[in-house]
Amino acid sequence: MSASSHITDANLPDSLIPPLFADWFAARGWHLRPHQMALLALARAGRSALLIAPTGAGKTLAGFLPSLVDLYEQDRESDGDVRGLHTLYISPLKALAVDIKRNLEMPVADMGLAVTLETRTGDTPQNRRLRQRHSPPDILLTTPEQLALLLSYPDAEKMFGGLKAVVLDELHALAGSKRGDLLALGLARLARLAPGVRFTGLSATVAEPDDLRRYLVPQPAGGAAMAELVTVRGGALPEIEILIPDERIPWAGHSARHALPAVYEAIRNTGVSLVFVNTRSQAEYVFQELWHLNERSLPIALHHGSLSVEQRRKVETAMSAGKLRAIVCTSTLDLGIDWGDVDLVIHLGAPKGSSRLLQRIGRSNHRLDEPSRALLVPANRFEVLECEAAREAVMAGVQDTRVARTGALDVLAQHVLGMAVSQPFDPDDLYAEVSSAAPYAALSRADFDRVVHFVSTGGYALATYDRFARLRPNAPLQDDTRLRPASPRVIQQYRMNVGTIVEAPMLRVRLIRGRRRPAGAMGGRVLGEIEEYFIDQLVPGDTFLFAGLVLRFEGLAETEALVSRAEGGEPKVPSYDGGKFPLSTHLAAGVRRLLAAPENWRLLPEPVREWLEMQQIRSRLPRPGELLVETFPRGDKFYLVCYPFEGRLAHQTLGMLLTRRMERAGARPMGFIASDYALAVWSLRDPGMMAERGQLPLADLFGEDMLGDDLEAWLAESALLKRTFRDCAIIAGLIERRFAGMEKSGRQVTFSSDLIYDVLREHEPDHILLKATFNDATTGQLDIGRLGDMLARVKGHIVMQRLDRVSPLAVPVLLDIGKEPIYGEANEALLSEAADVLIEEATRLV
Amino acid sequence: MLHVAGAALMPLPQAAVWWPDEATLIVSDLHLEKGSAFAARGVPLPPYDTRATLARLEALMRHLRPARMIALGDSFHDHAAQARMAMDDRAKLASLAASCEWIWITGNHDPEPPRGVAGEVAEEWRIGPLVFRHEPSTRPADGEISGHLHPCAAVRVRGRRMRRRCVASDGIRAILPAFGAFTGGLNVLDEAYDALLPGLDFHAWMMGMESVVPVAGHRLEPD
Repeated sequence: MSASSHITDANLPDSLIPPLFADWFAARGWHLRPHQMALLALARAGRSALLIAPTGAGKTLAGFLPSLVDLYEQDRESDGDVRGLHTLYISPLKALAVDIKRNLEMPVADMGLAVTLETRTGDTPQNRRLRQRHSPPDILLTTPEQLALLLSYPDAEKMFGGLKAVVLDELHALAGSKRGDLLALGLARLARLAPGVRFTGLSATVAEPDDLRRYLVPQPAGGAAMAELVTVRGGALPEIEILIPDERIPWAGHSARHALPAVYEAIRNTGVSLVFVNTRSQAEYVFQELWHLNERSLPIALHHGSLSVEQRRKVETAMSAGKLRAIVCTSTLDLGIDWGDVDLVIHLGAPKGSSRLLQRIGRSNHRLDEPSRALLVPANRFEVLECEAAREAVMAGVQDTRVARTGALDVLAQHVLGMAVSQPFDPDDLYAEVSSAAPYAALSRADFDRVVHFVSTGGYALATYDRFARLRPNAPLQDDTRLRPASPRVIQQYRMNVGTIVEAPMLRVRLIRGRRRPAGAMGGRVLGEIEEYFIDQLVPGDTFLFAGLVLRFEGLAETEALVSRAEGGEPKVPSYDGGKFPLSTHLAAGVRRLLAAPENWRLLPEPVREWLEMQQIRSRLPRPGELLVETFPRGDKFYLVCYPFEGRLAHQTLGMLLTRRMERAGARPMGFIASDYALAVWSLRDPGMMAERGQLPLADLFGEDMLGDDLEAWLAESALLKRTFRDCAIIAGLIERRFAGMEKSGRQVTFSSDLIYDVLREHEPDHILLKATFNDATTGQLDIGRLGDMLARVKGHIVMQRLDRVSPLAVPVLLDIGKEPIYGEANEALLSEAADVLIEEATRLV
Repeated sequence: MLHVAGAALMPLPQAAVWWPDEATLIVSDLHLEKGSAFAARGVPLPPYDTRATLARLEALMRHLRPARMIALGDSFHDHAAQARMAMDDRAKLASLAASCEWIWITGNHDPEPPRGVAGEVAEEWRIGPLVFRHEPSTRPADGEISGHLHPCAAVRVRGRRMRRRCVASDGIRAILPAFGAFTGGLNVLDEAYDALLPGLDFHAWMMGMESVVPVAGHRLEPD
């Protein structure tokens, strides 16, 4: 282990750590680690710092030690003055804040420090919250949303004025998201309220540490500033094995069913295992199958984000108590509570990104000097290639988590309202403050003004709402034009709607007995929550996996889905989606490199090698930088399959745009399907022949200009944009959370965000919220940036193979048809089918 | 064609009903100025719903050239709605109302007659076999054409669920969907319809993009 920073070479003064602390370390047989010393020295110099360290390096203690020392020294020097808040700790998870407080209580008690520690979360009782504002503890542990709320009170200046330190935990998990934007704006305000405050970020390794270093400190106008960097390198390299049982690997699918007996063996032969999967449906499936194999009744549990909180806590408690041998889990366990004794991390399916894999592997063995052990289990042939690429990346220490982003405008709108609620603001001052937050450093004054206009009156060109404005000049007669809330209701609205997490509409899943009708079937246990759109696709009688059970859908009652235990058998509806990550750019490049280098195939298991060799004979393998496009007839249709390896989201977008262009060229496309590796489009006319005859030149089909008009035209009709708009409208405060979706209260129906979107798009397409929506959609769900990079890269390097039948490389994506959603079938055609059935019924009666 | 009490009606995908024999166009629940009503309560929804609604109405009237318009109530979202309308929207409404015979049925949102706009105002209006009122009556209602409930229906085809505005009718009465731009819908299987369309022996005439599709009650899904 080594620490690198700007001060490692300096001779550390003995006075860096008081004897009381030195003795405490010594008594526990510990020594102060270099990075802990480095942070102490930086804190004494009043510098902000980013600590990048793997799990198990004593990160949290390193973050708090400077505060504890400072408080101890203050205490010795003070003459009994009441202290204000000294240190603010922000964590992405409230459970983590609670856990960290428990861990900190030990050194505080051991050394007899007069330091008060409190948490503040959504669960904190009202009277304590009030007291915390007037008489804060020394150290307050909380979440980004609670910080936003605290900053919106008129007494924020008093509460935070004397703040010395802010500790931001798991910063890599916060910074690259809308929550991170909100937090960044909060930090900018803190820096103004408490000019001497220093920020300490604690992070796992990321691709670009400089992005986080900028995030941590106020950005000067027109320049850039960075926090100091302290890095702890990982200990021993992890041992990563790729599991190929009996040299068998399926062509397609994500279940890894073939490998589960071997996975069970691995669990049986190890102390404690974490079994990571990529989706909740897969977690359910694997858990079920492992219990089928569980002859020894090993305690194996399930943990994912749809399970009820109580159920998850039960699993976590059992794990802490050492009562479990394995947990099947999703990204819900990527972060958070440190359990110490995990011996093996099993990753079912490919990890999709090297940083994610590193983070998950880090969950095993928190002792730095011993290697972590991990087992990767590819579920299909492409995933074998991906697992190899991931192993290579992890061994080389390559990171692919990117955290830099452009701050979202809807989050800014929420913040602007919050700042008005706190105290009247002058737009010039607030603009300067906001653009000191790294994500908003490039925010134009015009966009800022439009956001303020939006917050005030909705920001419409048609100025009819001035008299309903939410913000008003403070005292215009005295020339005080600073903006303040127009009424107490505005303040209440802000407090009710703070935060950037907009959940998909969820239904509670309630277990009832037998096949009673929903009406008479109340009571019964709540198993968890499930996305409404999944339940929408079920008809009563359908069976599916949830909470480790095969369930039969019985019907809906209010906001609950009623289910009963199904009697045996396979679930009919295979999956509900959730938490799927697309393949990272870095791993995609690794896979492309491996494909193009037959000399490295000896690493690969026999069936995969044969598969690639067969592809070379039957078609070809794309060289790096090349885009392979295959066309072939099959059944009564023609297929076009291409292999960009850019991840599912970018491929879905590409599919939407390609089908539009093929439609225009008269190729009559019927549908498409996208995987992380490939895209397949089927059509009634042969695109291969059309390309050869010049009716559909491939260079045009894959031209970069598809990201212009075609993208806009498609987006305009896309349901995706409506969903994104709904989230933006809620975050920005246009729609209150309780109005979201279509709320029904008896016979009264409020409005739906879709209708607002349609009207706004038609009458004011330049509205700031539509801009926010477009920004979100293009960077998030659509992966436009990545698609654009790919189109630019392959320009002039598109190779077409016209084949007489399907190629080996195309088999996996074609096998997905029927299992994954297919796009391109028009709802309108389906609707008229409903009528056709009716007509058929009618004629049958005659 | 939808037959109600012997009258042949044509549901339109624009969420209106055309009665060709009488050259009469029927719409319900325009809820003009719903956006500004929310804005007055601190939720600044876009102010464009009135012009969007009037533009759709104007397009429909240009196309069909009705001799008579019937608006089935809740034409204005609240009693102050007219006062909040933009000048050009007011002028548009006045010119539409002056272009043919116009019957304003009053509703629970707009029990007062509109000011400065042409047309007859009534709680109830009869033409031939049909009676027009805002709220459907729970008594037997031969030929009743009403609105108020904002009916919509959901159906599943090949696993895909679609939810649309609809005209709900059992041949005795018909309930029209809301025409207004910001108006949501209430599923026809909700208990609010139980006394009006008992059982499943009715059809939901669901609004597609270009056509209206009648779907039998027993094929529909609740929300």
